[in-house]
Amino acid sequence: MNLKTLATTLVVSALSVTAASADILDTIKERGKLIVGTKADYKPYGFLDTDGNIIGIEPDLAKDVADKLGVEVEFVPVVSSNRMQFLEQGKIDLMIATMTDKPDRREIVLIPDPNYYSSGTNVLALKSLGLKEWEDLRGKPVCGIQGAFYNKATSQTYGAEIVAFKGTAEAYSALQGGNCAAFVYDDSAIVAKAAEPEWADYEMPLQTIDDAPWGLAVALGEDNFAELMSEMIIDWHKSGRILELETKWGVTNTPFAQAMHEKYK
Amino acid sequence: MEFVFDWFRTLYQETGINLPFLYDEYDRNRMIGGFLTTIWLSLVCLFFSVIIGVIGAWLQGSSFKWTRRIVNGYIQLFRNTPPLVQLYFFYFAIGTLLPRVENDWGGQSPILGSFAWAAISLSFFAGAFNVEIFRSGIEAVPKSTVEAAEALGFSKLQIYRDITLPLAFRVVLPALNNNLVNLVKTTTLAYAIAVPEMLYEANQIWSDNVNVTEMMIFLLLAYFALVGVLVSGMNRWERAMKIPGYG
Repeated sequence: MNLKTLATTLVVSALSVTAASADILDTIKERGKLIVGTKADYKPYGFLDTDGNIIGIEPDLAKDVADKLGVEVEFVPVVSSNRMQFLEQGKIDLMIATMTDKPDRREIVLIPDPNYYSSGTNVLALKSLGLKEWEDLRGKPVCGIQGAFYNKATSQTYGAEIVAFKGTAEAYSALQGGNCAAFVYDDSAIVAKAAEPEWADYEMPLQTIDDAPWGLAVALGEDNFAELMSEMIIDWHKSGRILELETKWGVTNTPFAQAMHEKYK
Repeated sequence: MEFVFDWFRTLYQETGINLPFLYDEYDRNRMIGGFLTTIWLSLVCLFFSVIIGVIGAWLQGSSFKWTRRIVNGYIQLFRNTPPLVQLYFFYFAIGTLLPRVENDWGGQSPILGSFAWAAISLSFFAGAFNVEIFRSGIEAVPKSTVEAAEALGFSKLQIYRDITLPLAFRVVLPALNNNLVNLVKTTTLAYAIAVPEMLYEANQIWSDNVNVTEMMIFLLLAYFALVGVLVSGMNRWERAMKIPGYG
């Protein structure tokens, strides 16, 4: 274990030395283009419009960065399983892709502080049920995803009967079919679902729990770029840019974005 | 009991062998619930699949062409499609088409829940095989026996109930045994439509505790024991029904 850690540290430091010698900010300016990895399937944070362009809250944030640098922006669609690898391989300069900030991820990519966004657990439920707090779920069947960590908390703390399915499609279908009173899932995904016309009768009525922050990332060793991004994030919070984008893309302002705005105002 | 639970907690702390359903009360209740659901689902399906088999085999011998055709159509449909597909079909396709009822939390829910659909679907699935199994037994009953009964003035139903079926039962028991064992194992598929049976609960527990290996070993042994009980019961029945000199 110790040897492995040592080896990793050596490799990482070697990488950072080589990377730091050629500053990515110079490369971007020379190229005249900032390449950003974003999600293309996570409405409204990063998704495709009818022409196939990537749009959403995170692409808008990426455009801000490109404007600041005075270059063009190019989007590369990423998914959860390849987003950090794309950054490591240099396929993208910057990654803003709904990634939860975790210590083990900070060993692979450079996540500038503070966090730009955050998401937690909430439920999707019929408006007519009039849910007010988590305790209202007691004794009711609640759909979930098999293997999700918040299933246990939802049933143990709030007394809901979890009805867990393999995938989201089955869970949404069971919710629409009336097999459960609510669907417990990531609040960011629920927000997007509730915005769809066919889900107009549904809402996200509860206070989000288990809030976990999201981090955008640059490659390890790009300290200058990371510093620039830190400033950008603080600026986004300060100016209320995140709140503004949430409103623009039809998301109710999240408590995290509001708190950060208050903090840096 | 308490010291047994503590012993397993110590086992986890000392060796890393994590069996939370033995020392954690919440997980224990989940596992017991799963075990009882599996047994209950198995019993319900065993009962109805045998009933479907007996009635189906009788209708197959009907003198009406269309009765025979419908029974054969049912067998083809249920024997030639995977049970998991049938479960999904019943729960998500048929279930949403049925009328809804007001439930106690102020919403509308389907008349039949996941357990009911699992019981229906698996009974029909195993029932299709049982029809064919019973038919093989009925065909093994000598024609002369049936003719003798007819000569004595038995009605068609009486012949089936009192002569053919009891004799056929002895012949089909080994094959029926096989199919029922399969049925008990197939109840694990019900976890796909969120019936809280053993595999479903084990899945929840290993997601929370990341003890996949331990849960897999436990599941294997649990089903081995459960099916073992069924098999020994069926074997005992087989011996009890034996007629010296017949079959």
